[in-house]
Amino acid sequence: MSTKTLPDRGDTHKQSTAGPERSAGRRNSGLRSPARGRQARAAWILAAPFLALFAVFMLVPVVWSLLMSLTDTKSADLRTPLNVSFTGIDTYVRLFQDDQFFTALRNTGVFVLVALPLTLAAGLAAAVALDRGIRRFRAVFRVGFYLPVITSIVAVAVVWKTLLEPRAGLVNLVLGWFGIDGPAWLADTRFALPVMIVMAVWRNLGTVMIIMLAGLQSVPQSLMEAAELDGAGPWQRFWRVTFPLLRPALLLTAVTTGIGYLQFFDEPFVMTGGGPLDSTLSATLYAYNQFGNGNYDMASAASYVIFVLIVALTVLQFRVLRSVD
Amino acid sequence: MSTLATLPAATPDTERTLRHRRVRQTWGRPWLYLPLAGALLLMIAPFLWMLSGSFKPEADIRRVPPVLVPTAPTTANYGELFSTLDFTSMFANSVIVALAVTAGNLIFCSMLGYALAKLEFRGQRAVFLLVMGTLMIPGLVTFVPLYVLVSNMQLTGSLIGLVLPFLAGPFGVFLMRQFISTLPDELIDAARVDGCRELAIFAKIILPLTKPALATLGIITFLGSWNNFLWPLVVAQNESQYTLPVGLALASSGQSFTRFGILLAGAVVVLLPVMLVFLLFQRQFVAGIATTGLK
Repeated sequence: MSTKTLPDRGDTHKQSTAGPERSAGRRNSGLRSPARGRQARAAWILAAPFLALFAVFMLVPVVWSLLMSLTDTKSADLRTPLNVSFTGIDTYVRLFQDDQFFTALRNTGVFVLVALPLTLAAGLAAAVALDRGIRRFRAVFRVGFYLPVITSIVAVAVVWKTLLEPRAGLVNLVLGWFGIDGPAWLADTRFALPVMIVMAVWRNLGTVMIIMLAGLQSVPQSLMEAAELDGAGPWQRFWRVTFPLLRPALLLTAVTTGIGYLQFFDEPFVMTGGGPLDSTLSATLYAYNQFGNGNYDMASAASYVIFVLIVALTVLQFRVLRSVD
Repeated sequence: MSTLATLPAATPDTERTLRHRRVRQTWGRPWLYLPLAGALLLMIAPFLWMLSGSFKPEADIRRVPPVLVPTAPTTANYGELFSTLDFTSMFANSVIVALAVTAGNLIFCSMLGYALAKLEFRGQRAVFLLVMGTLMIPGLVTFVPLYVLVSNMQLTGSLIGLVLPFLAGPFGVFLMRQFISTLPDELIDAARVDGCRELAIFAKIILPLTKPALATLGIITFLGSWNNFLWPLVVAQNESQYTLPVGLALASSGQSFTRFGILLAGAVVVLLPVMLVFLLFQRQFVAGIATTGLK
């Protein structure tokens, strides 16, 4: 392919600096233009397959979704998706008039505010314990803590449902040993969302742990020894030396986990369907349900609102976690 | 513990401090093992419960209060899984889809990753920002149009519809670009001096050097595809296209509690391959997660 289009010359040598007369007005990279042309052509050949797929299955849908939210697209328009009428921000107005959407937003907010700090703290604690605290069986602990991350949510759901079964489940059996009469966790509006939070922390702390472990390994040992010589106790050493060095890793995990948590979906979808009484209905599940009901416009509008929230949270996290310096 | 080491002793190394130092060197902080073991038990309790439940006969599943270990272990749950639910074909579908998605990402992402990392072309920055920008877009934004698209392409009735939308993801480009950027430019310049063509440089020189990154991306993509369930759940129209998670999800909805032995066995079957992949390639996997910070 390339042999046909490329000017077939032997001198691909980089006679840099020689004569940049043809590229005078352009970005001066030190390459002669034929060489640069060859490079550019190769780059586009390499980029083309990805970009073609990416355009069709990512860019087009992203724009299309926005357009859907500005029209009255329903599932009846599936075969004739262009045959819809423009309704402007009407869908967004209806979305924000829907009490159920606010319930979903509130649940998502509670979920993020509680689960995100818990996940980060648990993951960090696990990483510090494994890196600084113990020397034996590290791999066993690491694999055990990471196992939930790689497990299919469907398998997780099946197992947790039986764990939480009011009378035949493990959780209430163990609580019973301590004389506690456990509730019907998933059928109780007070407990269903907290259960989702615990599940999410359980599923995701392994990811935080792995990234923090890598961060901890990059903290130079000499720095710790110097701090110890200066009389810093373990607690001081952690907060004054280790923690500041971990901030980039912390920011990274806070941002990626935050993006994931704002799309809180899997747990309620497979465990409760959003119930009981919408107590675990998340914003993403709301959007999905609108899709299931054939309201493609509402589904798209709701997912765009979530998108905006994700961007907002990410910007906020960068501000907060960076500004301390 | 650390205070003991600094105790003013008559001789700098009494037998006691020596022993303590030895313990600390081989074990770290011994008291930490207990809380960590407790945490580990909490983390893997669901898996132990799953394993135990998958071998329970029906009578045990129904028992109140439940038993921790099956009274008469049986493999009947596994047998029924493969005889009545056709787990074999679902297993095959999961493997085919995961391998195809993985192959696509390895090929397309490494190609673009190299172009972005080492080649100069106009629009390079724009392409990079465009691809990276989509990392923040929630999956549901593209979900509805993708469904309309794929169903209009008449692909909802085949495995192609499960594969095509996931063949080229932005995450892989990010990972490959990051990795290839760390390779020395001199390698490429030297190859150019030797008259090597641009595409050959990628195929013959760069690609072999990116094996660690390819391994990481391969594992991450494989696991992600294996566990993916929402898209196949919506798109797969008949049982012949179900993947394992879809089969398990559909089997679990509207089942009576006594069938949970079979579902738990199903969960074990879904988990086993990824556990195997994880244990075999743990090192690359952990390294990849750590360098990119993304799942």
